[in-house]
Amino acid sequence: MADQTMIGSTGATWLPALARRSEAVVIPLAALVLGLGLFGLFLLTQGKSPVDFMAIVWKGAYGSAFSLQNTLSRAAPLLLAALCVALPARLGLVVIGGEGAIVLGGVATGALGPHLAAVPPIVALPLLGLIAMAVGGLWIGAAGALRFYRGVNETISSLLLAYIAIALMNHLVEGPFRDPASLNKPSTLPLVDALRVGNLPGMEVHWGLAFGLLACVASWVLIDKTTWGFAARIVGGNVRAAQVQGLPVGRLILGFTALAGGFAGLAGFFEVTAVFGSANASLASGYGYTGILIAFLARHNPLAIIPVALLLAGFDAASGLIQRRMDLPDATILVLQGFVFLVILISDTAYGRLKLFHPERWA
Amino acid sequence: MEHDIGLWGIPIAILGGAIRVSTPFLFVSLGEVLTERAGRINLGLEGTLVFGAMSGYATAVLTGSAWAGVAVAALAGAVFGLVHGILCSLPKVNDIAIGIAMMLFGTGIAFYFGKPYIQPVAPHLPAIPLGFWSDLPQLQAALQVNVLFVAGLGLALGMAWMLRATRIGLTLRVVGDSTDAARAMGLRPNVIRTLATAAGGAFAGIGGAFLSLYYPGSWNEGLSSGQGLMAVALVIFARWNPIACFGAALLFGGAGALGPALQSVGISSGYYLFYAAPYVLTLGVLIATSSPNRAMAGAPGELSITK
Repeated sequence: MADQTMIGSTGATWLPALARRSEAVVIPLAALVLGLGLFGLFLLTQGKSPVDFMAIVWKGAYGSAFSLQNTLSRAAPLLLAALCVALPARLGLVVIGGEGAIVLGGVATGALGPHLAAVPPIVALPLLGLIAMAVGGLWIGAAGALRFYRGVNETISSLLLAYIAIALMNHLVEGPFRDPASLNKPSTLPLVDALRVGNLPGMEVHWGLAFGLLACVASWVLIDKTTWGFAARIVGGNVRAAQVQGLPVGRLILGFTALAGGFAGLAGFFEVTAVFGSANASLASGYGYTGILIAFLARHNPLAIIPVALLLAGFDAASGLIQRRMDLPDATILVLQGFVFLVILISDTAYGRLKLFHPERWA
Repeated sequence: MEHDIGLWGIPIAILGGAIRVSTPFLFVSLGEVLTERAGRINLGLEGTLVFGAMSGYATAVLTGSAWAGVAVAALAGAVFGLVHGILCSLPKVNDIAIGIAMMLFGTGIAFYFGKPYIQPVAPHLPAIPLGFWSDLPQLQAALQVNVLFVAGLGLALGMAWMLRATRIGLTLRVVGDSTDAARAMGLRPNVIRTLATAAGGAFAGIGGAFLSLYYPGSWNEGLSSGQGLMAVALVIFARWNPIACFGAALLFGGAGALGPALQSVGISSGYYLFYAAPYVLTLGVLIATSSPNRAMAGAPGELSITK
């Protein structure tokens, strides 16, 4: 690997500081490029051109106002889904069941929304949003509680809860809350127009994006600038040490997992109020799983989630165009995500090993 | 219907369903026992299962032989296990996270290559009619036992003996219980763990071939919904004991057969809730068998999931 031979040890003092800080940026970026490179090789074995692929991704994701707005609309749930992974990760928990919280947040919105048609939207919408957050928070918070009180592995329990949530959604949408008029695709009753969340001023992107960005910034403040975040990071570093220090480990785990699930539930709320207009099986579209990859790529840093989510939302948005133009199956994006995910995790092994980022070893 | 057996149809259908549905659970959980006894966890077996199902089905379509499909699925599973094992041998790499990535990668690549095989029909694996003594067609149908189920039972017994009484079994257990002790004995823990993970992946691949080549017996993208993951949880429930895995797999298979069994006698309300039964059961046994403050009895000492 690249050792620093060109950098003199007598350099300015800003240089070592920069080198130390850049490790967390350079390694994931290099891993991303390497992952995309491996995917390019895969495309070559399939007789497809990686250059064409990237050109179509650019066109379908960012190339026109329409495609850019499509990308931004898809980024909204992804930002929130990624936070659902990143927040517990700061406590050392690997929660991968965000899909379940998205689904149930959406179902709660779709089931209750039609009953609030008479309530002024200024009251009804925040109420629905908070209920969706509460349902999602309960779901992921349950995984946190099981971890803390019973020692149940949160990775497995959260994914099981996601499967249960999807079964629950199918039951509720096809049974008690089904709109009799929805024949081909069972759905809840459609929301009245007043309860549909509109677009941000001047663009065809719904308000979910603004809330997603806000949630990322707020999470960053929470983790990096408050004592709770500091305590959470200590728990993530060493649970025993945190307990010895007298930190409320249980409350931190419950609070962070519930907040994480709340964000995912909010994503479900926006999918129903801004995109679908009712709750149906489209809620389980895999945003929760893409969110896992985004959080790991961003190294669980809420601010880094923003660019990474925009990137992956772009691949998502371009997926249809790729299928049509290159005659590739829709799973191509999953293969791409798989390559990038693996390389990102492998890159963990590089931290602390490259002298370039460790000035104390520059002699 | 000629033989109207009324509500007796439910337990018989659950029994038959348990035998049919349990086989993939059995193979995946036996593979995971092997891997975890060596001290590593492979959460990616869900992806291995799906890829095994796809590659087995595709091979059976192309060659006309279901057994060739099983062989290819086992081979593909071994490759997945090998990759997982090698990646986890790198320092500072988290085996749980690699498992999640392998799960997404395995399903993605299976869906990618599986597209052309959704339509074609592949030959099925043969079944042994163990219900010949009964003249109830329902019971005869329930006791159509697949060859792989019998093979899985043999594998469970063989693994239990191997772990208890052979040099290989002892080696695996030492590596799983203490890396330091294994090193002191001159063993190479990473190599042994990688080989155990590869063997475990091969078992999971066979479990996938059962899904696509016997029951449900076709390839599509919704073929497995978490069976591979539930099998990993089942291993904890079975306390890393292959024979207990056999019983647990039957129990989980029965839970999975609950919804279809009720539907077969005409009860269809709440179908989706019964469909969730295996997940609820898995979560229930995890809650019941986990403990916040002491290590679990029978758990390999080096296992990251129980630390």
